[in-house]
Order: sequence, then structure tokens, then C-alpha cells
Amino acid sequence: MFDFSVATAWIDQGLRNVMSPAWAITVECVLIGVALLAVYAIMALILILAERKVCAAFQCRLGPNRVGPWGSIQTVADMIKILTKEIISIRHVDNFLYNLAPFIVILGSLLAFACIPFAKGLQALDFNVGIFFMIAASSMGIVGILLAGWSSNNKFSLIGAMRSGAQMISYELSIGLSILTMVVLSGTMQISEIVERQDQLWFLFKGHVPALVAFVIYLIAGTAETNRGPFDLPEAESELTAGYHTEYSGMHFGFYYVAEFVNMFIVASIATTLFLGGWMPLHIPGLDEFNRVMDLIPSVIWFFGKSALMVFVIMWFKWTFPRLRIDQLLTLEWKYLLPLNLLNLLVMVVIVVTGWHF
Amino acid sequence: MANYFSNFFHALKSLLIGMKTTLKIFFRKKTTERYPEKRGRLHVSERYRGRLEMIHTPDNHHFCVACGICQMNCPNGTLNVESRMETDAQGRKTRVLTAYRYDLGRCLFCELCVRSCPHHAIRFTNAYENAVFTRAKLLLTLNRPGSSLKPKEESPAAPATPDAPSGDAPRTAEAGKTAASPGANPTER
Repeated sequence: MFDFSVATAWIDQGLRNVMSPAWAITVECVLIGVALLAVYAIMALILILAERKVCAAFQCRLGPNRVGPWGSIQTVADMIKILTKEIISIRHVDNFLYNLAPFIVILGSLLAFACIPFAKGLQALDFNVGIFFMIAASSMGIVGILLAGWSSNNKFSLIGAMRSGAQMISYELSIGLSILTMVVLSGTMQISEIVERQDQLWFLFKGHVPALVAFVIYLIAGTAETNRGPFDLPEAESELTAGYHTEYSGMHFGFYYVAEFVNMFIVASIATTLFLGGWMPLHIPGLDEFNRVMDLIPSVIWFFGKSALMVFVIMWFKWTFPRLRIDQLLTLEWKYLLPLNLLNLLVMVVIVVTGWHF
Repeated sequence: MANYFSNFFHALKSLLIGMKTTLKIFFRKKTTERYPEKRGRLHVSERYRGRLEMIHTPDNHHFCVACGICQMNCPNGTLNVESRMETDAQGRKTRVLTAYRYDLGRCLFCELCVRSCPHHAIRFTNAYENAVFTRAKLLLTLNRPGSSLKPKEESPAAPATPDAPSGDAPRTAEAGKTAASPGANPTER
């Protein structure tokens, strides 16, 4: 299997040959930043198109089909349109916070995005508490959302932001505990190491029942974390016009929109990494021939294939379930998911200590 | 406590049923009609009211006696029945249709004209391509050039129009009044 660290090491060596190490690192940082932003934007375009197509299919429609073959460049056209739109300045807003908020949202999601292992050796941020850093970085987005609601000077925005705050802080617990369950099973917090330890069997199968329960809880909490339906109360169109981003226009609104979709991808890819082996091909112990055939498929395809499947499941949730009420939302988290999660963590610890997993 | 657990599993089950249903719909055939690409092969409902049309037989006869009931019933003044008086071989004076004017641009598609017509001379077709560039093109004359009223002494078993279902009684003046088929002349005065 091709290891992308060969390519990155070659670039590093080439840069060090022509300039001093300090400059080489600076240039590399800029290159990585640009590459990440580019992938981030492209990912958002693909996801928005996918969302529209999947939503259409769930409603027996075809979705966008005018711009390009099968509407494939519809979102590129939309992006050009939103880039040319005016950013309207609203009176009586807290100008500094109002303009800062979208960038905090983008920053939080971009930092989490940088932790994702896209393929073997293709990962921007990788250190010994990687998953911990990822949880911390991704919850930064909530600050941006609260700021947006507060600084907009609009009651819809404020209600949306407050709901969003209650929701994200609650579901952060579920996400953290289900990730912790998998950290117990893997024995490490380094993301690349978590993937490496699934080369025999993916964690979803290795940890049988508790891993499966953690997987389901992660998907539910992850959907809530990205403010997507059925947990889309922060921007419930029928109640709050657009929730926390009611007052935003032009590309500032675009930032929220893009961040929401990429957050969905981040949740899906973390589910892939923790439960479905990340870029690791499907290996079944004992079937060496089968494992060798699976190794022939590049790791990038494995990663994006599994992530696309998870993204589809999250979209499937959105277009199936009706929106929850705020009290139902909090009941689900505090009365059902949290006790289940704590129990599940305990079971997982017992299983790992006694060595009952595969 | 038992309620708590039964609630939990009941909810889980109903969520999975919901997901099964939507997945079935996901793979169902899409209902979107692709208009310019699949032009001519689109499914348009039979009852869709595209535009008004006068029923003509293959030998260029229509059923309009120029009574003007449709014109009186039209809420928008869309129709204008132009006629003249003629004396036939027996010396009887009859009204003869000269031009049946229809302004598509003013039509409400309410179908009151079709429902009120005592002779079933007009109907709506599901032709949907009604867009034109000038308003003058919306002014239509529905009777074909050279067409005339279908004579009364035609065989009653003959099909009324090429398009109408076979076995439909011919809609001449007498046949229309005595027609036993359901729905014939519901609004006849």
C-alpha cells in the first residue's frame, strides 16, 4: 500500500536542500495551510451537491440537473454567486464580534479537519493526544455560534444561539464518552496509531456489543453536534427564520453554511477512523488471500468510501426524522444517551481488562 | 422503570421502521419529468387542462351549433362565438358557426365552457406547450377551415371523434338530449 509520508518526506528534503530549515518549515506550513483550505472548500462543494442530490432522491426528485452533466457543477456556480454577493452591514450590531463570529466557526472546524487521516501518511496534525485535541478544537465552533447570536441584536438569532449552546454542550458529553469508549479499546489517543491498531479487525467488530452501542451513540450525538436534522433546532426555519445566522449575508453566511457541511464530513470521518478502521482496508483474520486483494485498493479510496457511507447515513437521518422539541432533545441526551454511555464505557473497560474482545 | 426501557426500545424500533421506509423511497423511480430532453415522451395527466380544442370528425365535421352557452358561461370573456343565420333546403332558419374565437391568454382553465356545452363540441387537451412570444399568437380560432356542423341523419353508432372512446353516442342535437350514457349533458338547461 502506498505510503504518503514518502511523498511528504521528499518535498521536505527538497525544500531543506534549497533553503535553511527554518524557512523550509515556514514554507511547509504555508503549503499545508493552503492545501487544507483548498480541500476544505472542495469538500464543502461536493458535500452540498451530495446533500441536494440525496435529499432529492429521498423526495423522488432528481435534484440539480441543469448546470453541467447531472448538475455536477451547480455548487461551483452557487459558490461564484455567493462570492459576488454584498455583505450587508446591519445597524445596532456589535460590529467586532459580529464580524469575528463566522471566522471562529470556520477556524474550529478547520482545526478539526486538519486532524483527519485521509490516507496512509496523509495527515496534517498527528500527535499523542490527537483525538483529545480534535474534540477540543471542534467544540470551539460553539463560541462562534453564541457570538453570532449575541452580536446580531436579533431575538431569533439569540434564541437560536442559546438552543445551539444547550444542544452542543449536552451532546459534547455523548461524543466525548463514546470516543472515550473507543480510546479504552485502542489504548491510545494518537489518531494515526488508532488506525494502525485496526489492521487485524476494525474496532466496530473487535469490540462487539459495546463498540456497536458506542457507534450508534456517536452517530446520534455527531448529528446533533453538527446542528443537522432532526437536531436542527438552532436554525429551525419554521420557528426562527434561520436561527443564529439570520442577520448574516454574503460570504459571512457562506462560512456558516460551509462549516456546517464540513462539520458533517468531520463527524463522518471520525466515525470512520474510530469504528471503521479509517484508511485501513477490510481485513479478516485468517483469510490472507482476501486481505491481500483488499490491500490492492488505495487507502484514499478506503477512507473516502467509508466516510461517504457515513455521510449518507447522517443525511438519511436528516431526511427521515422530524425535528425534536428542545425538551425532547435534552431528555434524549441526559436521560437516555448519557446513562447508556456511562454503562457502555464500564462494559468496555471490563471487556478490555478481561480480554474478551476479538 | 419498565416504562423507561419499553419506551427506549419502542422508539428505537419506530426509528428503524422510518429509516427502512425512506430507504425504499430513495431507490424508487424518480417522478421528475425532464422537459426539453425527454420532450414528447413525458407523462402528462389526461385531465390536465392545457388548451381548449374543438372536436372534429375525420371528415371535418364539428358538433357546435353556435348556441353561445359557452360564451355566456365564460367568466373571463375568453370565448367569442361568431355565427350567421342560414336558411336550409326545407326553408328553416338555422344558426351556423363561422368562427369560434378563443383567447388563450385570457383563459382561466376553469372548464366551465366544456361542462356547459350541450353538444360536447369542445374539450380540453393536455397539450402543455402554450408559450409564445407575441400575444397575437394566443388568439386562436378553434373551428378548422371548411368544417361544418355534423348532419343529424348520421348513423348513431358511428364514433363521434377519432379520439373519443368507441361506443360513445354521437353528440348531435337529438342524440345529446336522449343520451343515456352517464355524465351526458349534466348542465343542460
